[in-house]
Amino acid sequence: MSDLNKMTIAAARDALRAGEVTSAELTEACLTAIDGADALGAFVHKTPEIAMERAKAADARLQGREEAPAMCGIPVGIKDLFCTKGVASQAASRILEGFRPEYESTVSQNLADAGAVMLGKLNMDEFAMGSSNETSVYGNAVNPWRAGNSDAGLTPGGSSGGSASAVAADLCLAATGTDTGGSIRQPAAFTGITGIKPTYGRCSRWGIVAFASSLDQAGPMTKDVRDAAIMLQAMCSHDPKDSTSADLPVPDFEAALTGDIKGKTIGIPREYRMDGMPDEIETLWAQGTEMLRDAGAKIVDISLPHTKYALPAYYVIAPAEASSNLARYDGVRYGRRAALSQGDGITEMYEKTRAEGFGAEVQRRVMIGTYVLSAGFYDAYYNRARKVRTLIKKDFEDVFAQGVDAILTPATPSAAFELGKTFDDPVQMYLNDVFTVTVNLAGLPGISVPAGLDAQGLPLGLQLIGRPWEEGDLLNTAYALEQAAGFVAKPAKWW
Amino acid sequence: MLDLTYQPPKPKVIAGAKYDWELVIGMEVHAQVSSEAKLFSGASTKFGAEPNSNVSFVDAAMPGMLPVINEFCVEQAVRTGLGLKAQINLKSAFDRKNYFYPDLPQGYQISQLYEPIVGEGEVLVDMEPGIARLVRIERIHMEQDAGKSIHDMDPHMSFVDLNRTGVALMEIVSRPDIRGPEEAAAYVTKLRQILRYLGTCDGNMQNGNLRADVNVSVCRPGQYEKYQETQDFSHLGTRCEIKNMNSMRFIQAAIEYEARRQIAIVEAGGTVDQETRLYDPDKNETRSMRSKEEAHDYRYFPDPDLLPLEIEQAWVDDIAASLPELPDEKKARFMGDFGLSEYDANVLTAETDSAAYFEAAAQGRDGKTVANWVINELFGRLNRDDTAITDSPMSPAQLGGVVDLVASDTINGKMAKDLFEIVYTEGGDPAQVAEAKGMKQVTDTGAIEAAVDEVIAANPAQVEKARENPKLAGWFVGQVMKATGGKANPKVVNQLIAQKLKD
Repeated sequence: MSDLNKMTIAAARDALRAGEVTSAELTEACLTAIDGADALGAFVHKTPEIAMERAKAADARLQGREEAPAMCGIPVGIKDLFCTKGVASQAASRILEGFRPEYESTVSQNLADAGAVMLGKLNMDEFAMGSSNETSVYGNAVNPWRAGNSDAGLTPGGSSGGSASAVAADLCLAATGTDTGGSIRQPAAFTGITGIKPTYGRCSRWGIVAFASSLDQAGPMTKDVRDAAIMLQAMCSHDPKDSTSADLPVPDFEAALTGDIKGKTIGIPREYRMDGMPDEIETLWAQGTEMLRDAGAKIVDISLPHTKYALPAYYVIAPAEASSNLARYDGVRYGRRAALSQGDGITEMYEKTRAEGFGAEVQRRVMIGTYVLSAGFYDAYYNRARKVRTLIKKDFEDVFAQGVDAILTPATPSAAFELGKTFDDPVQMYLNDVFTVTVNLAGLPGISVPAGLDAQGLPLGLQLIGRPWEEGDLLNTAYALEQAAGFVAKPAKWW
Repeated sequence: MLDLTYQPPKPKVIAGAKYDWELVIGMEVHAQVSSEAKLFSGASTKFGAEPNSNVSFVDAAMPGMLPVINEFCVEQAVRTGLGLKAQINLKSAFDRKNYFYPDLPQGYQISQLYEPIVGEGEVLVDMEPGIARLVRIERIHMEQDAGKSIHDMDPHMSFVDLNRTGVALMEIVSRPDIRGPEEAAAYVTKLRQILRYLGTCDGNMQNGNLRADVNVSVCRPGQYEKYQETQDFSHLGTRCEIKNMNSMRFIQAAIEYEARRQIAIVEAGGTVDQETRLYDPDKNETRSMRSKEEAHDYRYFPDPDLLPLEIEQAWVDDIAASLPELPDEKKARFMGDFGLSEYDANVLTAETDSAAYFEAAAQGRDGKTVANWVINELFGRLNRDDTAITDSPMSPAQLGGVVDLVASDTINGKMAKDLFEIVYTEGGDPAQVAEAKGMKQVTDTGAIEAAVDEVIAANPAQVEKARENPKLAGWFVGQVMKATGGKANPKVVNQLIAQKLKD
């Protein structure tokens, strides 16, 4: 069997169970692909020894067993935001230089327990703050896709840019991502893969470096919808170590993939039709709508009236939480501590350590967050943003109460953009999240599905938003959309 | 049960150079919850462990670690609230108080600013019999303790011990109802007593398990009453907060010093700056720690790692049903059921152990007599030996036995004290010991009469004098007691001597 690294999870699972391939072979194929793809900057800490050890263990577990867990023997990449025991976990930040946790995040432990094989750690924006993977201390990851005949490097999106790049370039079968404002869905859309952010509380946050605790949620980034269902299943669990983890049974997501969406009601929110939105995005959205209609769904126009306040509210709440969450990186106990001069005291140690340990975007958000929480501004910013958040949540509750099963929107306002072009314009960069942040603010599940190519041959994604805790239903609608869109394009290998 | 009524004490008045001044004091008492594990982590709270040995990943604020509430600590906070007759909030929430310090690994303390678990309550602060101050409690909230920074181990480095980091505290906030240094100490004493009754805090001030921040201001007589009428703080002076005191003596000294400092400033035409101060017991003065301008902006906001804390009324009811008898009720019952004075009742109910001892000893006996024995004899004896009442070598039954022998006129009062000492040091059943040691009182009139006759016959001159001055009869009583080895019934001796001298 050739090109094992290009397999989907589902295909590899079946082949592994049938004894047609071994996890060691799959893993070796991925490790070879990774070694040949340094130009993509996707893997920032490679763990080939751990990978081969786990692959062999998985093969032993698969031996003669028809019903090993679906993820058993599947090689995956892990975003650097997840703490992995004994393996560098530094959230792409200088301040966590040299940090090797003594513990394993619940999500990566769940995957390991299911027999998944960790290939290494994946690039990302520093502390998951960014939409282009350019704030990483490791340098940016690169999108395997290129526009037309151009050689210009494109962003894989962010913050889970390394995960997106690695999956799109077949360096691994799938990867973990995290999504605070769109960090799974936007990079998935930019790289032509599938990414789902489950309902807030589905995946434990324990052991994932916190960015904005009330918004952060882990999810899978995969080559198709079925793989997303399989991998999400393995990542979810109720975790008593995370007070916000939901004590709900995890249904069989893959079993929900019938492709039958007859009678389902799909809402098209008018507020997501933004001024200056490229025609190609508008066209894709219309095509997606038609595909779902053709598949038997009922299409309704809906209104989510507070949408326009979502982005500003998000950029108050997320930095506020981040400013507090990142206070622990002070050089006292772990990670980097700045060299101090004679006579420097504790204040200098904090200032120097944090000034050289955090990049510009992280510093910007820590300062914004500190400002919006400060005395005299708290009500005007943070409290108001919380009220907006409640209204946005209610917008969704209202349309779901009217019988809407899922909402279709574009995933991003554009295709992948050139690296370096937007980096110095934070506001333009923040606009990348315009279609995705509402979902985080409302705690809902959202999935990005590749649905077409733009004129430059770059992938574009559509987003489906589902009811809380109904990821199975959402995945099935996404599956129907995927079937109809028939997206099979792959980036031409240049790396 | 007795329904006790009290008069409020007079506020302390300090005479300044120009005017008289009154004090207004509010307190924030930090009580460490008696629990095995910390508020949000499973780490142990054991005192005196090796530095940094009781530290979990959560306490050290490692990346990705999350707090999980310790239900036992919540129960203790509710229990405390119920013990202070306070409103229990079925929904409360945790907030982050943000500031940087090396012994605060998270960079924030998890506390309850906006929605505390316990609302308004009250504490009756006994000052002297019939006099007590009712101090209103504003709120009680739960929060994490910080660690310990050690600056004097090395000339260039500071060290941090995180053992205490994350230990559960209850912050008990009073209204400014305390009117003097003695009241402040009495308030802390009463609070400590209630907490110890409830078992929610061991009250060990030496280990820092009970500490107080004291807010002090001064005002001219009459101003406080205006505040009480309107609850408008502008009638009061500017307050200063004296931080982190863990001794009753220091609390009083610090308040006294601080009040005089403020009076001197105001009388000299100055204004008091609102600020945080520290008390230096060596110099007996308070010093500015940070001014209002330097005050931290704590940027409180709801902790997104924790869901709002919701508890059920039924659970609260169960806790309420399991509350022990509290000091005020116990005191009233002791006064009502045993006829004790308020003073004796206060002394005996100070600690549950002494109250329990008394109750066991007083069962079926005269309460006042038993109270006298416990307070005057037993406490004194234990004190001399530096022994706790729980380790008393003399059981309540033994003490009761001694009391019984006096009550039945089997031994006299003097012999009883000797018997007490013997039983205390050597043990044994008091009745048997009295018997064996021949301590039983002689009530046989014939034997006593013989002794009396002997003494009278041997001292004719004294007899003459006593006949002229009956007050001298006491000398004969002493002689007779001596002759009978102290065992004669003093009543009978007195009667006989009076009668014989008349003859």
